[in-house]
Amino acid sequence: MIDPSEMPSGKLAAGKSILVLDNVSVSFDGFKALNALSFVVMSGEMRAVIGPNGAGKTTMMDVITGKTRPDQGRVVFRDRHDLTRLDEPRIANIGIGRKFQKPTVFEALSVLDNLWMALKADRRIRAMFTFTLSSANRARIDEVLEVTGLTALRNDLAGSLSHGQKQWLEIGMLLVQDPDLLLVDEPVAGMTDAETEATATLLRTISKSHSVVVVEHDMEFVRALDVPVTVLHEGSVLAEGSLDAVQKNDAVIEVYLGR
Amino acid sequence: MSATNISLRLLGNDTGARVFLAAIIVLTVMVPILNVAVPPGSPFHVPTYAVSLFGKYLCFALLALSVDLIWGFCGILSLGHGAFFAIGGYAMGMYLMREIGPRGVYGHPELPDFMVFLNWTELPWFWFGFDMFWFAVAMVVVAPGLLALVFGWLAFRSRVSGVYFSIISQAMTYALMLAFFRNDMGFGGNNGLTDFKDILGFNLQANATRITLFVFSGVALIAAFALCRFIVASKMGRVLIAIRDAEARARFVGYRTDMYKLFVFTVSAVLAGIAGALYVPQVGIINPSEFSPLKSIEIVVWVALGGRGTLYGAVLGAISVNALKSYFTALAPEVWLFLLGGLFVLVTVALPRGLVGLRGQLAWRRADRGAPEPKPAEREPAT
Repeated sequence: MIDPSEMPSGKLAAGKSILVLDNVSVSFDGFKALNALSFVVMSGEMRAVIGPNGAGKTTMMDVITGKTRPDQGRVVFRDRHDLTRLDEPRIANIGIGRKFQKPTVFEALSVLDNLWMALKADRRIRAMFTFTLSSANRARIDEVLEVTGLTALRNDLAGSLSHGQKQWLEIGMLLVQDPDLLLVDEPVAGMTDAETEATATLLRTISKSHSVVVVEHDMEFVRALDVPVTVLHEGSVLAEGSLDAVQKNDAVIEVYLGR
Repeated sequence: MSATNISLRLLGNDTGARVFLAAIIVLTVMVPILNVAVPPGSPFHVPTYAVSLFGKYLCFALLALSVDLIWGFCGILSLGHGAFFAIGGYAMGMYLMREIGPRGVYGHPELPDFMVFLNWTELPWFWFGFDMFWFAVAMVVVAPGLLALVFGWLAFRSRVSGVYFSIISQAMTYALMLAFFRNDMGFGGNNGLTDFKDILGFNLQANATRITLFVFSGVALIAAFALCRFIVASKMGRVLIAIRDAEARARFVGYRTDMYKLFVFTVSAVLAGIAGALYVPQVGIINPSEFSPLKSIEIVVWVALGGRGTLYGAVLGAISVNALKSYFTALAPEVWLFLLGGLFVLVTVALPRGLVGLRGQLAWRRADRGAPEPKPAEREPAT
């Protein structure tokens, strides 16, 4: 096990690590999507991950959430769980939530039902028949509806929402799921400027009580988040630091910002 | 149907389901009364053969209900559900065979006729216990349930879904059909099990027995409907719909989707088995043709025709198609298959939500003529 504090990304924030990627490699038909990728996210930290197309950002998310098994390396969550041995539901239940690039909500269910489903609760089959909404959870859902601006649409089908509203509903589902670590994949893709700004504010609020990893293309948005940045390139870390620092990095300019 | 009332509908605010339930209860009560209390000369008299015919329809309705539970709500398109129906039927048939006792053609005290014919000297081990009714009833539940559990576990664990699942479910029922056709399987070969005499000592030809079986079919259908409603109206129902529409997402929210599918698939198989067990004493025979893939596809047609994802639509579809089938196979048997095919095409093209969607579709057309309304959200699962 590598010592997180020895890694460059471990020095970006103080405290205990929540997620450690240790020498993770994934290849698809010979193409190395991740190439000995190592980095650390500290507990309570928000981290932005940027990189050109094909840098391995989504594959990294897939490995963390159990969708893809790495060929080598370990992914350790809260110093306890090796995520490479667990499947998606188990990883979700130990406290990792994921928001997809393309908003995926349950379209045939109402907004309220979507939140209800995502609510942190017993996920076993036998719990399904006795499930009732406690007043605390009801209040929590109302609060999330308020935060995401969906209160008036609570009884509408999720499928009838606009693209931006679906993005927000998905973030709302993550909030009621209340994971320790949120993985957010391009949350502002397809959003208007006003929505983008509101999303940045929302994510900053969320990061006060959760660890967050945001994958993003939009530099303005990353700047608005104002958090440490990890730049991926060809499946490994190219540079880490503040946005200003990595934007001045020659290697980064060459592969990413300079194109 | 406006976009807002899906949740309400699942929670039970549903006129369609109430009308349906009332109709089935009236049918279950009235048919026996019209058979017994009304003299045969009256136009309202229901002859005994019709009681059994209606009983058969109710069994098919229960079978269709079981398919709608998995297909309409969880997107599992089983093209092999006839297998569970047939296995439930065989379990009941084995009891009825043993109930014949020494009254068979060959008069053997224990062995059914077909075993004597094959020169068998003793009962195969898997026939033991079927002389007891309770054991047979237990097997009606356990045998299809166990098959569904093993088959579903293998399929869902390996994440076989969509059309691939449909194909292997079809292969399963086909393999079972070939197996049951073999004489040395010990289930009567291609003749199947027949010549039943009585059930629990009651003559199967007697009026009272036939009425009782009919009433049991009605009660089973109502109970199964209530069970399915309970499942889909609970949080489980939401999870099933979530799995139907976005299974990967449901996994990332933390639901063990394979276990949910296995659960609902097994419940469905047990319901299909019960339908088969009630069917066999009313028609007097069970043979391997019940395993034929065509039968399983027919069930899917009933559900699609009635309208899936509503439960009562499946029942309506099963009863109306089979009533039409009885009518046309008597009138012009060669026309029936063309008619069935034509109906399926018509429904696919003109009634994507089946017969029960017709009302909403008309209402929408009317509204459309006034002020253009957005098209109702597409609820078709991608299978």
